[in-house]
Amino acid sequence: MSRKVKSNVEVTLIYLFLAFMAIVIGYPLLWTVGMSLNPGTSLYSAQLIPDNWSLVHYKWLFTDPSSNYLTWYKNSVMVAVANAFFSVVLTSFVAYAFSRYRFVGRKYGLYAFLLLQMFPAIMAMVAIYVMLNMVGLLDSLVGLTLIYIGGQIPFNAWLVKGYFDTIPKELDEAARIDGAGHLGVFFRIMLPLAKPILGVVALFNFMAPFVDFLLPRIILRNPENFTLALGLFNFISNQFDNNFTRFAAGSILIAIPIAIVYLLSQRFLIAGLTAGGTKG
Amino acid sequence: MSANNPTARKNHNPKIAMVLSILLAGLGQLYNRRYVKGIIFIILEVSFIVTLAEFINYGIWGIMTLGTLQGTDHSIFLLIYGLISIILIAFALTLYIANVRDAKKDAIRIRNGEKTPTFKEGVRNVWDTGFPYFFITPGLIMLAFIVILPLMFTVALAFTDYSQYTQPPRALLSWVGFDNFARLFFETGGAGNNIWQDTFISVFTWTIVWTLVATTLQISLGLFLALLVNDPRIKFKRLIRTILILPWAVPAFVTILVFAAMFNDRFGAINTDILALFNLSIPWLQDPFYTRIALIMIQTWLGFPFVFALFTGILQSISKDWYEAAEVDGASRFQKFRNITLPHVLFATAPLLIMQYAGNFNNFNIIYLFNEGGPAVRGQNAGGTDILISWVYDLTFELNQYSMAAAITIILGLIVTGFAIFQFRRTRAFKEEGNI
Repeated sequence: MSRKVKSNVEVTLIYLFLAFMAIVIGYPLLWTVGMSLNPGTSLYSAQLIPDNWSLVHYKWLFTDPSSNYLTWYKNSVMVAVANAFFSVVLTSFVAYAFSRYRFVGRKYGLYAFLLLQMFPAIMAMVAIYVMLNMVGLLDSLVGLTLIYIGGQIPFNAWLVKGYFDTIPKELDEAARIDGAGHLGVFFRIMLPLAKPILGVVALFNFMAPFVDFLLPRIILRNPENFTLALGLFNFISNQFDNNFTRFAAGSILIAIPIAIVYLLSQRFLIAGLTAGGTKG
Repeated sequence: MSANNPTARKNHNPKIAMVLSILLAGLGQLYNRRYVKGIIFIILEVSFIVTLAEFINYGIWGIMTLGTLQGTDHSIFLLIYGLISIILIAFALTLYIANVRDAKKDAIRIRNGEKTPTFKEGVRNVWDTGFPYFFITPGLIMLAFIVILPLMFTVALAFTDYSQYTQPPRALLSWVGFDNFARLFFETGGAGNNIWQDTFISVFTWTIVWTLVATTLQISLGLFLALLVNDPRIKFKRLIRTILILPWAVPAFVTILVFAAMFNDRFGAINTDILALFNLSIPWLQDPFYTRIALIMIQTWLGFPFVFALFTGILQSISKDWYEAAEVDGASRFQKFRNITLPHVLFATAPLLIMQYAGNFNNFNIIYLFNEGGPAVRGQNAGGTDILISWVYDLTFELNQYSMAAAITIILGLIVTGFAIFQFRRTRAFKEEGNI
């Protein structure tokens, strides 16, 4: 077998494998789209390519008086915006102190962050529930947002601190000679140069409330206060009103914008994670 | 030197300054004639005592006794007050130590005759040395109340007898020492009564298998695909990469629920559309073995794109010179992969890969959303696919076995700490000590 033939066989095999992967990836996604177009509500009678397809579920989500879909969308966006903004502010403060100053407790603080970021929120669920109940923030979006903001600090502070470390110290020193103080260096040197990583943090924290269902499930009770993920989950977890096709329709409407954002920003996200994550 | 210094005050004693500031924060500073600073310290201490002493006293009593009056004292609230008191005391002690150190430092400077800074310089000093603390304070307070306090609470809960039979405020809780752990590991009360031990062993084993197999598969597939797509003979790279990253871009809770429907035994697409072609029907949700297989496949589907994207970035950054040099030496393709590609890729991504293992170890979402840890298994109180974290969730929110759940959480925490220590060692920066 000549070298060229061998190479062609290889390339064909690679393409075949990639085509197989494309089917494995595409099938569940297209199946969901097919489900959402079925007029019925049960999985049993649903077809991958419905004979009489309809947009009845999409219409229901937006127009039916018993549908809270738009409220959930609004709730999720509010939590997401607040979470993204306050997370960036708090984390960049913490990261700046840890990156540029040597103070008592600094090293143990860093160890603590590295450790705490690995502890999942479920470990502390009971306490979070009881405490929110004590201060009257149970079943409220404010309570949910506070928990998100506090919980993200260890991971993101570490990420941003790693990125700050890559910004040359000479820049700070130059700015200080020009009369900048602690705050001046922070606002005029660090923040502008760290825009990529702050963008990553903002994006992660903006997305979190859209895709997390666990915290809302524990904290929120009233359907008016639900976020999207929790509301959609209840479409199918509800024993008496199992409605998979409606869930499919609602999910597609949130998955498409999120997927587009991720696809457009993936290079930027990965670059941020490797820069901040590996530098330490 | 100080002997020649006309302003030196040999009789100014740092020890007196320290003793005074231990007696009452700020007195030492007054002795050092740093009046404004001293008064600020005194005001801080007095207001701390006036406003919080009662609360702290109540909290400490609460955490020691967990309440004495049944129906009136709420053990859980008392526990939380107690923990808050401990955090407050820790903060206060830190400040107190800072105060004593400050008094000592100033006194030594006075004895040596160094110029006492003016008030303005003093403020400047506080701003300079205190700046990092000011900056981390908001984050630290959030962290203390939202992450650390709840974790302390969970740890404390593991040593109480909180279960569905002892629900405050109807009943009082009490401290039971290591009883919960003993129940978990050693309880063998005759005929099939060691349900905790059995369940723990089977859940723990599956958690380890799940973590190793699912994570290794997703990393291997990601690496394999990254190598394939990086091949210079492959065209349409952008399109291929976009398709391969799709599973990462779609929210996981949506895809897991979709898969749960597709794997449905009776009317899911896998059985009715695909396996029906081969006249097969597999009990995906009824038989623990098949549920586990399905979970591992789904996690591989969900997890490989991130690794793929990560590796693609690294592969593109490896200099071509390495490979050219290897070709000159007549290295085979496998040798190039083994000695150039793999070390580069793993070195750059090791911490993130460890995070992948830790992430799957605690991957509550997929286990819970796919089949709620089921199917049920006879003789244990966890489902056949429950991992430790989802078992903890069930114990807490379904069975109300709060203190047993907390005990298991502590074991989980210890294992996670193991991951973290491994992470410290692998993270490059920690090796260059002092430069973190």
